[in-house]
Amino acid sequence: MHVPDGFLDAPTSLATGAAAAGAVALALRGARRELDERTAPMAGLTAAFVFAVQMVNFPVGAGTSGHLMGGVLTAVLVGPWTAVLCMTVVLLVQALLFADGGLTALGTNVTLLGVVAIVVGYGVFRLLSAVLPRTRGGVLTAAGVGAFLSVPVAALVFVLLFALGAIADVPLGTVAAAMVGVHVLIGLGEAAITVAVLGAVLAVRPDLVHGAARLRRPADLAGRPAPAEAVTR
Amino acid sequence: MGAGHGGVLGAAYVVGSSPVHRLEPHLKLVAVLGFALVVVATPVAAPWAWGAYAAYLALVLGVAALAGVGHRRLARGLVVEVPFVAFALLLPVVSQGPRVDVAGLSLSVSGLTAAGGLLAKATLSVLAATVLAATTEPRALLRGLERLRLPSPLVQILMFMFRYADVVGGELRRMRVARESRGFRGRHLGALKVLGPAAGSLFIRSYERGERVHLAMLSRGYGGRMPAGPAVAAPAQAWLAALALPLAAAAVLASGLLLG
Repeated sequence: MHVPDGFLDAPTSLATGAAAAGAVALALRGARRELDERTAPMAGLTAAFVFAVQMVNFPVGAGTSGHLMGGVLTAVLVGPWTAVLCMTVVLLVQALLFADGGLTALGTNVTLLGVVAIVVGYGVFRLLSAVLPRTRGGVLTAAGVGAFLSVPVAALVFVLLFALGAIADVPLGTVAAAMVGVHVLIGLGEAAITVAVLGAVLAVRPDLVHGAARLRRPADLAGRPAPAEAVTR
Repeated sequence: MGAGHGGVLGAAYVVGSSPVHRLEPHLKLVAVLGFALVVVATPVAAPWAWGAYAAYLALVLGVAALAGVGHRRLARGLVVEVPFVAFALLLPVVSQGPRVDVAGLSLSVSGLTAAGGLLAKATLSVLAATVLAATTEPRALLRGLERLRLPSPLVQILMFMFRYADVVGGELRRMRVARESRGFRGRHLGALKVLGPAAGSLFIRSYERGERVHLAMLSRGYGGRMPAGPAVAAPAQAWLAALALPLAAAAVLASGLLLG
């Protein structure tokens, strides 16, 4: 769900645009730390992955299906800075090629779906994984809770922005309750998909998961057998 | 498939050689952004607002006709609006203020105005953006963004995404074909056990492909910057042609503000 043009008034759009530009500038620096000079190809391929996986419809139960927003999943997989860049690029492509999300609302969309969702979700993930045991289950729980919370919080921030750039005199409580109620459900779906995908990657290539670095420990090296005298090559 | 050469991302492009197709991409980007700004700046509550919206609509449809973008293509572009239509329909019901009765429902006047304005603005901007996407190839859009001084790392990330979206999307499609030819039907929550690992392995493949692409680039002398030729400055006529749409819209807005 992307905010189209004209949903928020000009000052709010400008402010979120400035916030998004600042966050992306920071992320460009941070991503260089996560991916060093590999930034462009790695972030580009990860963005392509996010874009592709958003096209998969996952069953969420009761006959409904949803697709992943992917902010928290990407942040746990490749690191938060790269994730912000990937989400920005995906949103830019969706706005430019599919008119999904307005051009003047691009800053708002990046702020909500890229920055707020990732900061909240990844923040919760880091906090929880500091508390939870250092196991696969701990990482998955932390990521699931982070992904779940990221959605209603982003929706709540949208309602706040909507209230700031008030176009109609809507009772804020009603809208907030409705939006958060709907997005709690969406968040449950997001959490389920995030855990399913992350669990699969952790099972196969735990070394690729940025957020599970603490699970990694150096491989137990078998003691090298004493060199036999005969082998002298 | 069947989308021709461009794949998923190229599907938005309609091949043509109209004057709109031939415009420089960065000018078109500026024009669409300018048009969206004018549309957003139009006050909904003004009595002449709907006249202005009608004029904007005529302008966009005129450009679409000039570009040879058909009604069906425009209608397909509008589909993305649907979730927000629901939100807009909710506004008159929940808004406060004086109310009117419409077909037995008590609706708020200010809510109705706001919802109408939202829908009109969103529709107009989506139409303009659809014309942009239909007349500009993804590659050209990238060049346009570059000329508009989007930070170079961001342009490069975009470039890789454009180039590999079809490769990654193709892997996804092959996985789906493989799943479904084995009788998979994802209807309930249990399907996550299959779809999760599918998406997970898609990530692993994409990530490893990224590493291989990077190594291949390094071996060809990549030093953090993509080689590009010098850009030719766009002549004043091109600017004028491109900005005709936002300028005409701005003229409508200005006359509304002055005369209305």
